[in-house]
Amino acid sequence: MQTLRRKDFLGLEEMSAEEINLILETSRSMHEIIKRKIKKVPTLRGRSVLNLFYEPSTRTKASFELAQKYMSADSVSVAGSSSSLVKGETLKDTVRNVEAMGVECVIMRHPVSGAAHYLARNIESSVINAGDGMHEHPTQGLLDLYTVWEKKGRLEELKVAIVGDIRHSRVARSNIWGLKKMGAEVVVAGPPTLMPPDLDIFGIKAFHTIEDAVINADVVMALRLQKERQESGLFPSLREYAELYGLNRERLKLASDDVLIMHPGPINRGVEMTSDLADGPGSIILEQVTSGVAVRMALLYLLLGGTKE
Amino acid sequence: MSKIIKCITGGRVIDPSCNLDKNADILIEGDKITALEEKITPPESAEIIDASGYAVVPGLIDMHVHLRDPGQEYKEDINSGTRAAAAGGFTAVAAMANTDPVCDNPSNVRYVIEQAAKAHSRVYPIGALSKGLEGKEMAEIGRMKKAGAVAFSDDGCPIMDSQLMYHILQYASGIDALVIVHEEEKYLSRGGMMHEGAVSSLLGLRGIPAASEEAMIARDLLLLKTTGGRMHIAHLSTAGSVEQVRRAKAEGLQVTAEVTPHHLLLTDRAVKNSGYNTNTKVNPPLRSEHDRQSLWEGLFDGTIDAIASDHAPHHPDDKDLEYDFAPFGIAGLETTLPLLLDELISGRNKKFNMPLLIEKLSTAPARILGVPGGTLQIGSPADLTLIDLQKDFIVKPDHWQSKSRNTPFSGRQLKGAALYTIVDGIVTMKEGVLSDR
Repeated sequence: MQTLRRKDFLGLEEMSAEEINLILETSRSMHEIIKRKIKKVPTLRGRSVLNLFYEPSTRTKASFELAQKYMSADSVSVAGSSSSLVKGETLKDTVRNVEAMGVECVIMRHPVSGAAHYLARNIESSVINAGDGMHEHPTQGLLDLYTVWEKKGRLEELKVAIVGDIRHSRVARSNIWGLKKMGAEVVVAGPPTLMPPDLDIFGIKAFHTIEDAVINADVVMALRLQKERQESGLFPSLREYAELYGLNRERLKLASDDVLIMHPGPINRGVEMTSDLADGPGSIILEQVTSGVAVRMALLYLLLGGTKE
Repeated sequence: MSKIIKCITGGRVIDPSCNLDKNADILIEGDKITALEEKITPPESAEIIDASGYAVVPGLIDMHVHLRDPGQEYKEDINSGTRAAAAGGFTAVAAMANTDPVCDNPSNVRYVIEQAAKAHSRVYPIGALSKGLEGKEMAEIGRMKKAGAVAFSDDGCPIMDSQLMYHILQYASGIDALVIVHEEEKYLSRGGMMHEGAVSSLLGLRGIPAASEEAMIARDLLLLKTTGGRMHIAHLSTAGSVEQVRRAKAEGLQVTAEVTPHHLLLTDRAVKNSGYNTNTKVNPPLRSEHDRQSLWEGLFDGTIDAIASDHAPHHPDDKDLEYDFAPFGIAGLETTLPLLLDELISGRNKKFNMPLLIEKLSTAPARILGVPGGTLQIGSPADLTLIDLQKDFIVKPDHWQSKSRNTPFSGRQLKGAALYTIVDGIVTMKEGVLSDR
């Protein structure tokens, strides 16, 4: 049985193509389980997991919790308030306390970039990064890779356009790393205020118009635009954003005929993309969500190494 | 009571104040240097310090430290901070005003001076420019100067109100007060955690653009041009800052500048390579390799006058947090000299040499602050540092005199360290062991 030979899963930047392949292959078996009527295997029976969410989350949290239940792991979910901010208990103390109760894997979402690395250094349990600030959201990256891989049968030499708020997006960063490692070409586009500087370091091309990015794209992924970005002066209004940078049928004409439309959710309909695209034939947005459970089951299995009996 | 006499013999004596670099003996009587000759025959009562094989230099002066006293003694206090200074080879430090309460009036200046009387190094208080560091009203610069403040700064809280800054520079010029500025356009750096560039993009940390420092330097140099007076720019960190100071000096403005060892030795890559270690979080942030190279150029061509640690001690608990939540700052009193000696001995920088290093760490700070020291000339205070260039030195924060442990250099193997620190003719540190002044 193959496992991931690492304590933690913090980001796709540090993963090899072989490791990503192993997770994708394993996800396929897990996907089979989700399709069954009785969706439960005893693989992680007796193993305990903590879900620690310092930011609100619907789909990632539900997805991890269901993955744990389908695998028969015992889990507890804690909604953290960023206690360090209010001089309460520190993150390290919180997790060490739960660890003392026997937890061996911590899944954490946190608003600060690098928080998962910090935690991983400070506890013995495995850490799975469920999103750290603007840095990475590696399980989202994996589920996006898996969904495209399932649909297209390959990842290498696909052209993937990621459009929207690249600067603040951990989803974008994880996808860029994962896709690049698997041989895809990645381009990004968005207004300059929503692009991080020096994107060359990722080995990708950046454009300032959606049209330039989506030409001949096999996959187009729109990112969620947060309202706070307008308030901090990065763009003038949602309607201007929709007009200049929103995905619509017209713009998508430039992409390949069988282009896949993706979005990590939750969607602002009519802003990042029009509803007819989100709900139309090329959209694989809901399949992304299903893949999410499969990929997280695979990851838990590979990281915790199955039963230790 | 007769004066205690010491004779430091056989050392390589380096005194940038008079371009001296030769083997010589130094005689100390009481708290003064009374002779410097190739060979001194000391009186029998003299204590001999054999310095053969070592460098003997004017006592090092760190013109930018935070001693956290009063108010945050759990991070550092005047006792522990000056112990750290002595351990690191420093005979004097200049303490920033951002204490609690803020050092913005004469009685707080006097508090620092009184506490320092029994400390392990000299402490020169720096007063605040604005009351409470609030950037609203001018502090009593003149009265603080009379009480003993050697310079004035709102370090860490740059004055965003340009009119107030204009008036402060004008006022300071009238009483020959030195204004020290931390250059940061706060609106531009808002929310920033590290240098804005490729590495911040990779890490998803909010960036502090180089322009936030450069814009403020541009403003203050323009103001200084109008007002006249003396301005010292703390911790330069970008290539553009160096270039602006270079031009301002060429134009004849009375501006000086300093750089820290961490900006000379590290780049933003350290944040990534350390896995978001909060000991790399510092303001101004660690910049790009291009910036780093420019700082060395500025140091060599005289644009940058001094090296200062910006010793910013924090309690280990304060730094043991997520990156965004940890405070900015690197503690440097006990690493500054070994880091720079190691760089010098390694030969990585061909233009770097001992006289230049001592100029930047002693002679220039004394000149800029207008304080005694920075020289070994006869009649000067007997403030000296003896340096062992052969000593193997490992950075071990757990063994520090400082209460803090926050350094990104922990575990580094270095060559070179201070062997003796002597203040007023009294040995405050000998081979790592401290003694009272």
